[in-house]
Amino acid sequence: MAENIEYGTTGKPHPYHLVRPSIWPLAGAFAGGLAALGLVLYMHGVKFGTFEIGLKGVILGLLCVLAVMFFWWKDIIFETVHEKVHNGITEVGLRYGMALFISSEVMFFVAFFWAFFDASLYAGETHQYLRTEYTAGTWPPPQFETIPAFDLPFLMTMILLLSGCTVTWAHHAILHGKNKDVILGLGLSCLLGGIFLCFQMFEYAHATFKFKDGIFPSTFYMATGFHGFHVFVGTIFLIVCWLRAKKAHFTPTRHFGFEAAAWYWHFVDVVWLFLFVAIYWWGSVGAVPAAH
Amino acid sequence: MNAAHSATADHAHDDHGHHTPGFFTRWFMSTNHKDIGTLYIIFSICAALVGGWFSMMMRHELGDPGMQLAQNGHQWNVWVTAHGLIMVFFVVMPGLIGGFGNWFLPLMIGAPDMAFPRLNNISFWLIVPAFLLLVGSAFVPGVSAELLGAGTGWTVYPPLSSKLGHAGMSVDMAIFALHLAGASSILGAANMITTVFNMRAPGMTLHKMPLFVWAMLVTAFLLVLAVPVLGGAITMLLTDRNFGTAFFDPTGGGDPILYQHLFWFFGHPEVYIMILPAFGIISHIVSTFSKKPVFGYLGMAYAMVSIGVVGFIVWAHHMYTTGISVNTQAYFTAATLIIAVPTGIKIFSWIATMWGGSIEFKTPMLWAIGFIFLFTVGGVTGVVLANAGMDTSLHDTYYVVAHFHYVLSLGAVFGLFAGFYYWIGKMSGRMYPEWAGCLHFWITFIGVNLVFFPQHFLGLQGMPRRYVDYAAPIPPEHLQGPLVNPIEKIKWIMDQEYGLHLWNYVSTMGAYMTGGSVILFLLIVFYTLFFGKKASGNYWNVQPQCMTLEWTLPSPPPFHQFDIQPKIK
Repeated sequence: MAENIEYGTTGKPHPYHLVRPSIWPLAGAFAGGLAALGLVLYMHGVKFGTFEIGLKGVILGLLCVLAVMFFWWKDIIFETVHEKVHNGITEVGLRYGMALFISSEVMFFVAFFWAFFDASLYAGETHQYLRTEYTAGTWPPPQFETIPAFDLPFLMTMILLLSGCTVTWAHHAILHGKNKDVILGLGLSCLLGGIFLCFQMFEYAHATFKFKDGIFPSTFYMATGFHGFHVFVGTIFLIVCWLRAKKAHFTPTRHFGFEAAAWYWHFVDVVWLFLFVAIYWWGSVGAVPAAH
Repeated sequence: MNAAHSATADHAHDDHGHHTPGFFTRWFMSTNHKDIGTLYIIFSICAALVGGWFSMMMRHELGDPGMQLAQNGHQWNVWVTAHGLIMVFFVVMPGLIGGFGNWFLPLMIGAPDMAFPRLNNISFWLIVPAFLLLVGSAFVPGVSAELLGAGTGWTVYPPLSSKLGHAGMSVDMAIFALHLAGASSILGAANMITTVFNMRAPGMTLHKMPLFVWAMLVTAFLLVLAVPVLGGAITMLLTDRNFGTAFFDPTGGGDPILYQHLFWFFGHPEVYIMILPAFGIISHIVSTFSKKPVFGYLGMAYAMVSIGVVGFIVWAHHMYTTGISVNTQAYFTAATLIIAVPTGIKIFSWIATMWGGSIEFKTPMLWAIGFIFLFTVGGVTGVVLANAGMDTSLHDTYYVVAHFHYVLSLGAVFGLFAGFYYWIGKMSGRMYPEWAGCLHFWITFIGVNLVFFPQHFLGLQGMPRRYVDYAAPIPPEHLQGPLVNPIEKIKWIMDQEYGLHLWNYVSTMGAYMTGGSVILFLLIVFYTLFFGKKASGNYWNVQPQCMTLEWTLPSPPPFHQFDIQPKIK
């Protein structure tokens, strides 16, 4: 191919971890397919004879997906804790994998931010006359009471930032081998994640606009809801790490499972900062704040 | 080799990897990159038959004016949609990336497998339920309870794809098919990037990496960054359809053009996702059969990188007629034309690689040269279409159809066939009959050019895309359909005010010819796998200056190769 390349041998076995055959990929793929099919049947209210399918298909599909995730990750934890096969190079691979996964998630959020800025920056575009009718040429549209950014959302910002601190505390504790502090730091992080989600549910329950009220609530609920789902996933990730910390799985040199959770948590944190600045704060400048 | 292996306690646990497992374990629980690659290739060929069947029906329909097969225009739209989605997501991507990428990326970098073998397997299996959902969508209510299937085109633009245009569940099934296929692509891409960055044999710096590996690396980055945006777009479409949001609904302040921006922000990188792996394959073949190293190796590698980067900032050239401002059109025209530069670097470097070489015209080389020729034709019409002024009159005509089929059907698919003939000996351990491969090439080459070259003329005559019929006199009974004397029929057509009939008829005849070549290909596959001559390790006699690591292994390679790590000087 390129010039002047010669192939030889190192004479040494390769250092990689080759995994055993596994049924979980196949099961996971079809569980995902089942969940998708279930959602289609639910959304269109399909009946088989007199049997109304409702959410049953979705729930079954999601339970299958969750079961596969549980067993798949159980295998991975077994491999790292008991078989100790995640040597240096394998761990570097896992780092690349997690970083790439987070990159793809960032691009997912790009789509929702794009939708938000399309609507908010071009709220008064004259040739989009139906939109102008809806927004009256301003953002936020005057018919909505927005959520005051420096009220609950600011508190939620502080909560997430604090949880970032407790995760970092846990990380330093791992590096210094203080497992009690690890458990405490992780426990607090999980708790803060949970509190954040409770506040978000509170906010949704008290918002004066509904998901179906047009582009303003659409972009608001889609972006914050997708983020909330990521907080939920991140919290579960942290809870798993907390349980693993209680079993003393993390050592000062081997704790990538924890680091992946911390990366993910910081990513969720940064996305929230963008949401806070763009949607809650900038997006509500000049609006009628909700009475509270 | 085995002694050295089991001597290291670290590795005692994966001794299981050294004997081939039983049937179910091997093919349904696989963690072996070559087996998963084989599954991908088999899947891709099966999906190609389905997607190809739709194109045969479409060409048959358009062979004569009037309705031959389609019940109505919606059914035609369903065929167009199914053909497009199947060919993009279930043929080209699984074949080039999943199939050849899986097989040869680890081999070429001297790795024993992919970085995440289980993830590799779910990447494959996810496309199976995705395909089932997509095929299933054709049999459930689409526009209404009577008009079945999703007739939205592969772009799934609202409002045609909204509840307004498609009330039934077929579009939701197609959306979920894309979700699953997208998840498969993202996971597979992350796996490939990790493999390339983390598992190259000692000494193989990025600047010594074979060009196919470079191609896969760039492709994988495009996938990781582009596919999630499609995921976001179709998720919003899904909530618009089913949960009352208004992202793309103007009455709620939404914007249908937003969907097009999001779609093409994915869709444009997607076309490079389909062609870059073929670029990689062509470089290897041209080098091997010219017995020269690739001309301008680094330029070739960085041309692909720059195509990948620039590919992200040209998306709105698919949207010149949506009312975007003149300034925006000017920017996207300029940015798009820039892509001709790295593409030109590749074309000229392939030609320079052949220049003065001792060229052997074996079947893979024929496909490679065919690729270079036809891809260039598609590239040149691309330069035409890049100009907003030209595109305004050619948009949504058959000129565009001809253009993208020259780069995909005659580009990416020629890449698939080139890779297949180049590597089938390596993958199966058996050689195809050379004369049959050449015959397959020539029939396909003539057939696809007959199909698509006249479509340029149809486009210039103003024939729009996605129409089930066109205006022309209906031929007399004895000249209807395909089984007539073509000379007599063409004479009759030319005696009429024949409108769009002539070139549509020629295009359809080309399609029958191409259909015949597919049957020949299937026969070649079966003959090769069961009766083909045994292949040696380096059956192309690849010279040292063109060498890549897969030719240092026996054909087929052992279940796990490179137990002892190779080294590159």
